[in-house]
Formats: sequence, C-alpha cells, structure tokens
Amino acid sequence: MDATPLAAAAGGGPVPAAWSPAIGKGEAAFQAARRQRRAAALFALAALLACLLLSAWVSEAHPATLLAGLPRIGEYFWRILPDLRWDALLAGADTEGSLAFWMYRLDSWAWLLFETANMAALATLFGFCAGLLLAFPAARNLSGGGLGYQLARRSCEALRTIPEIVFALIFVWAFGVGALAGILAITLHTAGALGKLFAEAMENADMRPWEALRASGASWPQACRFAILPQALPNVLSYGLLRFETNVRSASVIGFVGAGGIGEELYKVISFNYYEEVSAIILLIVLAVASIDLFSERLRHRAIGAVGGAH
Amino acid sequence: MPATAAAAAANDAASWRERMPAAFGAMPGRRAMRIAGAALFAAWLAGALWWFGFSPARLWNGLAGLGTIISLMIPPSPGELWFDILRGLAESVAMAFLGTFVAALIAVPLGFLGARNVVTNTLFRFSLRRFFDGMRGVDQLIWALAYVRAVGLGPLAGVLAIATAEIAVLAKLYAEAIENAERKQVEGVVAAGGGRLARLRFGLLPQVLPVMLAQALYFFESNTRSAAILGVVGAGGIGLQIAERIRVRHWDEVAFIILLMVVTVAAIDWVSGRLRRRLIGGPAATA
Repeated sequence: MDATPLAAAAGGGPVPAAWSPAIGKGEAAFQAARRQRRAAALFALAALLACLLLSAWVSEAHPATLLAGLPRIGEYFWRILPDLRWDALLAGADTEGSLAFWMYRLDSWAWLLFETANMAALATLFGFCAGLLLAFPAARNLSGGGLGYQLARRSCEALRTIPEIVFALIFVWAFGVGALAGILAITLHTAGALGKLFAEAMENADMRPWEALRASGASWPQACRFAILPQALPNVLSYGLLRFETNVRSASVIGFVGAGGIGEELYKVISFNYYEEVSAIILLIVLAVASIDLFSERLRHRAIGAVGGAH
Repeated sequence: MPATAAAAAANDAASWRERMPAAFGAMPGRRAMRIAGAALFAAWLAGALWWFGFSPARLWNGLAGLGTIISLMIPPSPGELWFDILRGLAESVAMAFLGTFVAALIAVPLGFLGARNVVTNTLFRFSLRRFFDGMRGVDQLIWALAYVRAVGLGPLAGVLAIATAEIAVLAKLYAEAIENAERKQVEGVVAAGGGRLARLRFGLLPQVLPVMLAQALYFFESNTRSAAILGVVGAGGIGLQIAERIRVRHWDEVAFIILLMVVTVAAIDWVSGRLRRRLIGGPAATA
C-alpha cells in the first residue's frame, strides 16, 4: 500500500480503484497542482527565452560578433595590465617594469583624486541641505498631501530619475567645462534621491511630539525642527553619508563629459590608448573608493551612536 | 520665608554647579573642540567653493544660460529622427536585460563559492570577497569606455559593461542570501543520503532562488537607468541619441528624450515591482 501511490505518482498513471476515495481525491488534486505548476514554469521559461532572444537581437549581441569580440576583450585587458618585473619592482621611475615607472604621474593623479573627493563632498553637502528642505513638504504626515506635497514629491522624482551625466551634459553648456558643472549635476541628483529617503524617514516618525508642539502654538517650521528632525536625524545622517560613498563613484566618472575630477584624465588616457596608465588610474580609483567607504562607514557608526545617545 | 528659601535654592544650585559642572552644559574643552570643528568645516567649505570657482557672477551667468536652455526645451518635440530615438530606447532596455541576465547567471556559482556555509576555506572566500569589493569600485561607465575600445562602438559594449559591473554586486548579495538560508533543509537532505551537489540543489537553492530572482529583477530596474547613459561614451542605447542632440543643441529633442526616459523607467519599475512582490510574497520565500 505504501509503495504504490509513490509509483503511481511518479508514473503519473491513473489512480488504482482499490484506494480509499479520500486518497484518490488527494492524489488527483496533487497531480493537478503539479501540472499547473509545471505549465506555469514552462510558460515563464518560454517568456524569458523570448525576452532574451529579442534583447540579444536588439542589442546586436550576435554569436558571431561575440566570438569575434572575445579574443579582443582578452587582448585589451591584457595590454592594460602593467608590465611589472620582479627584479626591478622597487627601482626608480626611469627603470621599465618598476612600480614607480607604472605610477609615474602619481602626484598629479593623487591631486585629481583629492579634487574628485572634494567634488563629491561638496555635492553631497549641497544635495543633503536641498533634500532636507524638500523632505518636510514631501512627507505626507507633515504637509497633509496638498499642492505642496505633490510639488515636492514630483520634483524629487524628476531629480532622481534624470541621471547625473545628463545633468552634467547640460550644465557643461550652461556653466562651462569644469568641476562646477559636475558638482551641480551631482547635487541635483542627490537632492532628489535624499529628499525621497528623508521624507520616508519622517513619515515613520512618531506624531505625538508634533501634535504637542502644534497644540502649544509652535509654527510649522518650528514643529518640523523640534518634533520631527530629532527623531529622523539618525536615519538622515546615515543616508547622507551613504550617499557620499555613492557620489564619490559618480564624481569619478562625471569627468567623462568634461565636468571635472579624475574622470577627465581617465577619459583622455583610455581614448589615447595609454594602456598602462589606464590600469594605474583605475587601481587608484578603486583604492580611493575603498578607503573612503571604510572611513565613511566608521563615521556613520559614530554619528548614529552620538545622535542616538543624545536622546 | 520665601526669600530665604530662594536664596537657599540659589546657593544649592551654585554648589551643585561647582560639584558637577558637566551636568550644567558642555565643558570648556568640549566647547572649544566644537568651535574648532565648526571653524575647520567653514574653512574647508570656503576653500572648496573658491577652488571650484563658485563665484556669484559665474553662477548667475550659468543660471541665465540654463534659463535659455530650458526655454528652448519647451515644447519638447521628437524631431525628425524619432525612429532612432525609439530604437535607442529599445536598445537601452535590451542592454539592461541581457547584461543583468548574464551577470545573474555567472553570479549564482560565484555566490555559492563566496558563501560561508558552502565553502569552508576562509582564505579563498576572503580573497574572493575582496575581489568583488574591488570590482564594485569601478563604475559601469569606466567598463563601458574600456569595452568600447575593445569591441567597438555599439550596444554590445554596453551589455558587457553592465554584466561585468553587476557580477560582483550580485555575487556578493547572493552569497549573503545563501548564508542567511536555513540549515535545517540542508541537514534533512544530508540525513536522507544526499551528496554534495544534492545538498546545494535541494537544500539551499529552493530557499534562495526567489530572493535571487527578486534581486536580479531589482538590478534590471536600476540597470535600465544606467543603460540609458552608457551611450554617452559610445556604448549604444538612448544615451548616444541624447549626447548627439546635446552636442548640436537640439534642446527640444533633448527634453523629449528625457521625458521618454523617465516614463520608460517608471513603467519598468512598475512591472518589475509587481513581479518582485509576487516572487517574494510566494510561500517559498517565507524562510
């Protein structure tokens, strides 16, 4: 008795009549559910396959192009790698194969990286302030969902959805080539992204302090400042610092369109095929981003601890 | 006698202030630190503003120029080459889809290799994780620029750039998802006599698959945003169209493309959000 249902289920055959009707019904329901799941899985797989073929066709990823491209990719990344030799690794900048030869313009690259980090910091600061100002009207529990709410929410969305590079392309026309355009571009995107996050943090705040302050005659800005901001501050600070890390990455590439930072140098180096310098700059960017991430993570924990301990 | 009581209270307060100065406000040392910090911040801000040329005249001129650009953007118009715009948009979405798919496919085995409960070799796992972190520091646009030099202009470079940049991120997330999976199912498979592969296939994979799919979908969303700009460096898609039109200052068409991008991204967010909620909401993901 205990072996047959398994065999029947595995074979998918008809249910023997000797079984009790309850088992038969259960077995039939199981088979039906299984068929349904299989059909759904097959359908999903077919849809996925169709999407894949379509997207491969649209993005010109033909097998032939791919096969022709693969060796060239390998060759390119091989040529980027520095030609280091063990015996000359620590020799001066004049010896081919030494670290100093590879990083022969370390001083100017380090300065550019410093500029990039400063651009990111300035853009984060401005975007943080703008986002905070936008967040109070964009929080539904504070603004009541009127015209101001809609306006603040929609502007946050618009600023967030338009990529920084597009802003930068436009600002390079308006403000001229240079870091100013890049900073403003990152600022706008940051304001939109942070405004939404801050508004959500404020919507989660406890409303009783707000009601108490409003009842005792506080104006709207006063109530925002003293009832909501202290509650949202830990979240707000940690989102702001997280954004700084993201912005360092953005600032490292915004120079591709002429908006300052190390990106301009990287664009030049890649375009002119200065192979070894490409890997040198990318390595420096990775190191800088990693160290800023570490530093900002520590700062974030300290800031949250300090603010959280204050009340 | 209220006067003596008040005097006593004042006396009391003075004596308390003497005994516990920290309870009556910040200590002078702390206050000095705070002032010094604020001064340092102000000095950095002023220095950075001067360095990057934030002069009122320059800002004013730029804003005036921006005003002109915005007035030229209205009304947005698709221009004569509207078919190119639509094709660019389709290219961007396709690049994001294919790139995310390839990245997710490669990230699954890498995620298993990077998970603590699958690979017990700490050194191998640690170096793999650090390698992912390093890859994550390189922005997609840098990959795109490099691939354009390697395989030429076109959307294929964009697909490769998206895939390369997302492999590291997805592998890290997948490894974390696998580490968070329940051990009981795996132990059950082992108890029933399952081998090493059966343990992964029937013990771990059913638990993490919905999470993996949902994360891949989420990255598809965010990659549609980034695929829209990869064209700025020549990697195909709508970015190429927008960069070309900005170069020749057809601002009304630029505005049209921006609006189209916003609408497309919103639509894909909506569809993928619904799919994700279905995946995560399923009974398989309750673990």
